[in-house]
Formats: sequence, C-alpha cells, structure tokens
Amino acid sequence: MAQVLMKDLNKKYDEVHAVKDLNLHVRDKEFVVLVGPSGCGKSTTLRMIAGLEEITSGEIVIGDRVVNDLPPKDRDIAMVFQNYALYPHMTVYDNMAFGLRMRKYPKAEIDRRVREAAEILGIQDLLHRKPRQLSGGQRQRVAVGRAIVRHPQVFLFDEPLSNLDAKLRVQMRVELKRLHERLETTAIYVTHDQVEAMTLGDRVVVMRDGWVQQVGEPLELYARPANRFVAGFIGSPAMNFADVTVLEQGGALWIEHPGFRLRVPPDRAARLQPYRGQRVTFGIRPEDLRVATGADPQEYTFEAVVEVVEPLGPEMLLDVRVGPATLPLTMVVRVDPSVRVRVHEAVRLAVDPERMHFFDLRTEAAL
Amino acid sequence: MVIEQRWKRWVFFYIPLALFVVGTLFPFYWMLVTAVRPDAELYRSWRAPNNAPFWTLNPTLAHVRDLLAKTTFPRWLWNTFFIAVVSTAISLVCGLFAGYALARLRFPMAGALGTAIFVTYLVPPTLLFIPLADIIRNFQLGNTPWALILTYPTFLVPFCTWLLMGYFKTIPRELEECARIDGATRFGAMVRIIFPIAVPGILSAGIFAFTLSWNEFIYALVFLSSPERKTVPVGVVSELIRGDIYFWGQLMAGALLGSIPVALVYSFFVEYYVTGLTGSVKG
Repeated sequence: MAQVLMKDLNKKYDEVHAVKDLNLHVRDKEFVVLVGPSGCGKSTTLRMIAGLEEITSGEIVIGDRVVNDLPPKDRDIAMVFQNYALYPHMTVYDNMAFGLRMRKYPKAEIDRRVREAAEILGIQDLLHRKPRQLSGGQRQRVAVGRAIVRHPQVFLFDEPLSNLDAKLRVQMRVELKRLHERLETTAIYVTHDQVEAMTLGDRVVVMRDGWVQQVGEPLELYARPANRFVAGFIGSPAMNFADVTVLEQGGALWIEHPGFRLRVPPDRAARLQPYRGQRVTFGIRPEDLRVATGADPQEYTFEAVVEVVEPLGPEMLLDVRVGPATLPLTMVVRVDPSVRVRVHEAVRLAVDPERMHFFDLRTEAAL
Repeated sequence: MVIEQRWKRWVFFYIPLALFVVGTLFPFYWMLVTAVRPDAELYRSWRAPNNAPFWTLNPTLAHVRDLLAKTTFPRWLWNTFFIAVVSTAISLVCGLFAGYALARLRFPMAGALGTAIFVTYLVPPTLLFIPLADIIRNFQLGNTPWALILTYPTFLVPFCTWLLMGYFKTIPRELEECARIDGATRFGAMVRIIFPIAVPGILSAGIFAFTLSWNEFIYALVFLSSPERKTVPVGVVSELIRGDIYFWGQLMAGALLGSIPVALVYSFFVEYYVTGLTGSVKG
C-alpha cells in the first residue's frame, strides 16, 4: 500500500525523447490508467517505475522512498506483462511461488499465499500444470496470481489484456476491477484501449508523444476533454470534428460551416467571444446528436444525408454526410434502433447544446 | 490435404529422397563392410572371378580384435573423449556468459565485439596452427592433452557464443524482467530463468562443440607426437597407414568405433538439438 509520485520525469533514448516532464501523483490504493496511442511513452513510464529503464532526469517516489537508484527487486512492486512472461519450465505453483522463494519466505507461508491467490483467481486445479498447457485466459490469471501472492506495494500492468480475444478481455477486465477492490493496492495500468482505461481507472492519464495530455476521472475526460486529442481519443465511435467560423449576429454567437449553422449556447459565448471572425474546431459526440423532432429549436438543428446505416442491436450508427457534395463532411450519429431511416434519405439532426465542444484551431486546447 | 497424383509424389518426393538416403549412408555402409571383410577378400583383384565388392559372405571380427590388441586404439579413444569433454565444457561456460552478454546487455561496442568474435571463427585452423604451435611450445604444453584442450576453444568459443546468443535472443526479455521484479538479481534471473529455458540451445551447442573437437584433425596432428597420446582421427591415420600399406580393415574398424560415441550423443539429444536450432519455446 503506497503512493507513487513522479516528479519532472524524463526519458531520453539516443534520438527519442520518450517521456517529457511527467508529473503525476498516484494516491494510495488508487487505480490509475495510462492510456495513449503506441509510442506515446506510457509503457516507458511504467518501466521506469518498475526499474527496468533508467530515469534520464526527475524522481520517482514509491511510498516515501526515492527509488531512482533501487534495482527492480528492491522496489516492492509486482508487474504483469502483455505476453504473461510465465516461466515456461516451472509449474503454475512454482511460477507463483518464485517471488516468495527469492525473498526467502518460509515454506508454509509460501504455500498458504499461493493457495489463497489461486483460490481468488479460480486456478486451484491448474497448480501442477506447465504454462504451455494453459489457455490464454488461464495464463493471464497465473500472471496476475504471481503478482498478488507477493502483496506488493504497487501493481504494474503493461497491457495485460491485449493478447486475449475480445470476449475474454471483457471478462478479465471485470475481474481485474473486482480484484482491485478486494486487494486495495495501488495499481498503475497501461493500455492503448480507451474502453479499458475508462472502465478500470479511478483516474485516467492520457498521453501523446511523451506529454501528458490530461489527467482526470473517466467521466471528466469524457465530458470535459482538455484538448482535441483527448476528445477524439476518449469515446467510441470517436467525436465528430468540423472546422467552423465564429460569427456574431443578432446579439448572439454562431458557428458556421458550409453544411450547418448552429448557435453557440449563451453560457459558452464568453469563451468564444475573442474568436469572432476566426475559425475554431467544433466537436460533437455521436451520442449527442439525434434525429430532430418538430420540438427542437431551429438554431440547434441541421440537415444531413444518411450514407450508411450500421445496426448494432442495442443502438444504431448512422454515417451521414453534412454539407454540399463538393465539400463533404462525414459525421457519425448514434441513434436508437427504433429510428426509421433509409440510406440516401435526408434527415434533420439536432445537437445537444449542453454538449457542444470547441477547440482552438492552433493549440487544440478546449475553449 | 490435397490428393496429388501418384507419379508426382514419386518424382518429387520418393525418388529424390531415396537418392539422398543412399548417397548419405553409402560411406557408412562401405566402412562397415570393409571393417568385417577378411583380408583375403580385401586385397583381391577387382577383376577376380568371384569378387563381390558390395558385400561379404565371410564376415570376421579379426580387424576389430587386432585394432584393440595390437594398437593403442583404446588409449586414443580415451584421449579423444577426455579432450573433447574438457574443451567442450570450457567453451560452453565461456559461450554462455559471452552469448548472454551480447544478447542482453547494452554496452559500448557490443555489436562490434560480436562481429569480432565471429570473425575469429572464420580464421582457418590451417593458418592459426603456426602461431598457436609457437605458444604451445613456449608454455611447454606440446604433446600433452592440454595443448588441444586449450586450443580447441579458439574455434569452439566463438561458435558456442554465436549459437547461444541467437538462442538467448529468442527468449522473451520479459521473462527475466519479471524475475528481476520478483526478487532476483540480473545474475540470478540469468541462472534461474534463462539458462533452464535455454537447455535445448546449450545442448545443441555442446553437441556441436563435442563433435567438432572429436573430429578435429590438424591441431591434433601438429601438437601431439607420441602414439599413446594421439586422438582417434590422427591415431588411426598415422598408425594404420605404414609406408604405402593401408590396413584397410583396421582403419575402417577404427573409424567405425570412433564414430559410435558421436552417434550415441546425437541419438540421445536429437530432439533438443532440433529445437535448439529452430528457436525456443514460446513463453
């Protein structure tokens, strides 16, 4: 049980600056997810915490010890790897006992802990098998078991679910969450999958090109992304973006695009006032668009043509074209499956004014 | 499975395979037949009326008996075995550590060092034995087993290093990273995790090194002189060809007995040997 503190953390390889001035405070018992596209520095950060990569500059504190110069074995952490990294020549039992044996625990204690962990993970019957006799999901459980028997101060997970098939991944995700609630240990989890990040994390750290983009609770990232990158990365299908011009007309601010003209909600007007006559990026999530009814105010609706209909069961995705055919803009709309629309049909869409997003065109910061 | 036409399978599979098998095994068959053929048949004119060069109707063990009784062959066998085992052991230990370091540790000039080690393997023994002979003489090791035990590693160490380096590279890095997090030092992770997994690679390097030193000829010929110190390949050739007389029966019996240990070693470890050359188990 411990906090993890990263201060001005940097990692430079010969040419690549992989992690840039990272500052993060992972609180005791917190589950923090580092997420971002490949090469964003999330795995490097994790490996620096583990002690597998040297720190170029900055400081890492685990508990109340600065661990910069401690070898991995003395940091009191456990790590689960993407490829499981089970020792192929040892049985499941020996795999799980290895860390305890290295630390010279008494035999009875090792046995008790291994059996306890095996029970938590439902792998009691596999203890005498070799890793190659296990399925992917079972191997994953053993890898997790090997981490929890040690009762470490911090768990590190490096894309642990990426090698599993989709169904198993969802199942293991739930189990990991349940496990964390049961064990109450600080956990740092790296993934490129934003759904995993959102479902598992108490807080999520979005990274890109070595920079932290935003740190926040999942729903905060979803509702108030700090910039265009976070807005596009969190949420699936991704947020729709359009470059628009800000206009003032009749005492109100409007955004204009060849395909639509929408009013800026009054409470947002102050932030957009300086951008009058300039271009900004407008963003709206697929689920914040719907097929308009007569009751929707004109200033928050626009015309679109349905191009593709994707019925998914509980919901339906419409790929629509907005604006003239010469300057097409494609948007995705998430609607209820009961909505009757046909391909090539023109529909009127309404936006949720509370959930319109605006970003500076150059800095990409949210406005 | 696709059902192919019969003749195609014969032409492209069975016939080439048969040719290959015959071509490979014929020398061994010839060795065997010659070893058990009585002298009267061995030195008979090729055109004699009842000549049967490919088989014999009167097999005899006389040559084997002569070889064991009248020459120091058992002694040669022991010499060869001792030299091969010790030099293989030395080379394996060096190769293990060097191969691991080249595969895993990041240090300046690692790549250049790896290449340099490989290049030494390419220097032909026929060139190297002259300076080596000088060194052997200076250390007064001539005509002792140590002359060979210490010179064989000049080609065995680079060989083992490269084979094992390749093998270590196929073992996922995460395994030892995990061991290091689990509480092992780098050395501990290497000994407890990497070496046990690398057993197939270590065995095939060992088998190769053993065979190479068992069959080695030129250093053994140059560095050893007294008959009772010789190794099998040299002893058989230098003691059983007297002047221009070839003792074919004993020569072949010696070759046959001399290849049995190597054949045994291979047959025991053939499975490891194949996985050793094709890469490690998946983690």
